[in-house]
Amino acid sequence: MAKASIKEVLLNPVFNNNPIGLQILGICSALAVTSNLKTALVMSIALTLVTAFSNLFISMIRKQIPSSIRMIVQMVIIASLVIVVDQILRAYAFGLAKQLSVFVGLIITNCIVMGRAEAFAMQNPPLLSFMDGIGNGLGYSAMLIVLGVIRELFGAGKLLGFEVLSLAKDGGWYVPNGLLLLPPSAFFLIGLIIWGLRTWKKNQVEAPAFTLAPQVANQEAH
Amino acid sequence: MGLRQYLDSIEHNFEKGGKHEKWYALFEAVDTFFYRPKSVTRSNAHVRDGIDLKRMMITVWLCVFPAMFFGMWNVGYQANSALAANPELLAGLAGWRVGLIQMLAGFDPGSVWDNFIHGAAYFLPIYLVTFVVGGFWEVLFAAVRRHEVNEGFFVTGVLFALTLPPSIPLWQVALGISFGVVIGKEVFGGTGKNFLNPALAGRAFLFFAYPAQMSGDAVWTAIDGYTSATALANGAAGGVDAIVMAGLSWTDAFLGFMQGSVGETSTLAILIGGAVLLIMKIAAWRIVAGVMLGMVGISLLFNAIGSDTNPMFAMPWYWHLVLGGFAFGMMFMATDPVSASMTNTGKWIFGAIIGGMAVMIRVVNPAFPEGMMLAILFGNLCAPLIDHFVVQANIKRRLARNV
Repeated sequence: MAKASIKEVLLNPVFNNNPIGLQILGICSALAVTSNLKTALVMSIALTLVTAFSNLFISMIRKQIPSSIRMIVQMVIIASLVIVVDQILRAYAFGLAKQLSVFVGLIITNCIVMGRAEAFAMQNPPLLSFMDGIGNGLGYSAMLIVLGVIRELFGAGKLLGFEVLSLAKDGGWYVPNGLLLLPPSAFFLIGLIIWGLRTWKKNQVEAPAFTLAPQVANQEAH
Repeated sequence: MGLRQYLDSIEHNFEKGGKHEKWYALFEAVDTFFYRPKSVTRSNAHVRDGIDLKRMMITVWLCVFPAMFFGMWNVGYQANSALAANPELLAGLAGWRVGLIQMLAGFDPGSVWDNFIHGAAYFLPIYLVTFVVGGFWEVLFAAVRRHEVNEGFFVTGVLFALTLPPSIPLWQVALGISFGVVIGKEVFGGTGKNFLNPALAGRAFLFFAYPAQMSGDAVWTAIDGYTSATALANGAAGGVDAIVMAGLSWTDAFLGFMQGSVGETSTLAILIGGAVLLIMKIAAWRIVAGVMLGMVGISLLFNAIGSDTNPMFAMPWYWHLVLGGFAFGMMFMATDPVSASMTNTGKWIFGAIIGGMAVMIRVVNPAFPEGMMLAILFGNLCAPLIDHFVVQANIKRRLARNV
């Protein structure tokens, strides 16, 4: 990456280099918090802020960090930010903090945050790094929001807690799909989204690990 | 003009460059459905055998027929018996099925014809939806990916339909078979590359997505508002005594006079079809024997351990055999050649894992009274690993021999 423009670092991670869709990072929290849209949104905001500010701070002191202990320094910064986010959530949205349980704390170990700090912020100036953090946060958020919408809408017939599809058990017509409320459904959905993404953007398709030997050509029977 | 001549005369339209090139998969499917495939192996490796994938799959399909026809009769028998015992339910019947049944037959549980029509009115729509929707996905993928539509779908389709409760809504059937065919099979590259049994993957999807229509006491008899605990649910509550108290003897269970999924109730009918498969060497006898051994072994173990609080511990193995989907899974699902283990030793282990796991889930898992579906899917997941270790062990043994 010779000279990245702000627009590139901000928008590339959304579709072209999506942290979940292409790099397959941050899957754990994507499975856990997307059973309804509200927690998915809060998680998206939290992760975007943490990634952006950790990138900013690490980039600011990148020339002072001794390379032998850079991981530890990065961890200290990320952990401090996560604690701030966690405390704010507990103070102002206790119910949500309860629902998100350990997953806010686990942002520390989220590969996206650590990966961006190590791969981008250590080599780039603060403003660009900040935008890269926002961009990757957006990529993560886009995926989480799509998952959250699909899972809450079809799993419970609601969006953000408001009823959208009237449920059969209350006299409506929609029979909710219980599987979508279970974490494995996010796996299927992420897989399908990746499928769609790679059909759309062919350059994301990986080279096959091996090719099958050509089958003996079928010939007409005589 | 004969059909063969007609097919030959339109074939050029479907070949490369023809005007219906995109529909080649569909043409090929129709052609090979009626006639022998034209392609033959021309290379040196040759097995002289009359059987090919197509004939194999059709044979499995035919072997399911005893269970299917008995299932259709039994669905009607169960429903008509429930009506005879609770005449007030007759007034609550509604829908196009009732009109159809009244037009062709009645509601007499003593009449074979009435029972059969009643069952067919429930099973045939399920099967038809399975066939149309699943077939649509098959042809779509075949056309886009340019491979041929495979007869394996006949088997997947009928097995899927037979594992469903008769009262299931048809849109759920469509969703389930879509999931089974697309996620269970096609995303991995089609027949031969799937690691799960597609029929069971579809059923598992429905089982977790719509538990209210796939499990419980209300779904197994095709009468609205009629609930009756399944034999396994009775067993979980009170052991074999409770099952017998509810009026089901072992012979009845073996012959299949109980409620359940359409095709799973009659162990006898399943064993007839299964015997044909085993004699023709289409189903691997090692897998079937492995499942049996695993089931007998683990249930004897549970019998020996005993439990004061869980009556299922005391259920003997011959009851496990005739209840729920055990026999059906053992004969038709576990023996799926694609998702099972390939090595001979591996087949024994694979079978034993399934048999043992099914009993484990039935006995010690309080959430699910029936465990055969989950046990087979679990076995499917383990199959490549089992094969790997069997192959490695063989390599090690042969290396040691040459020291």
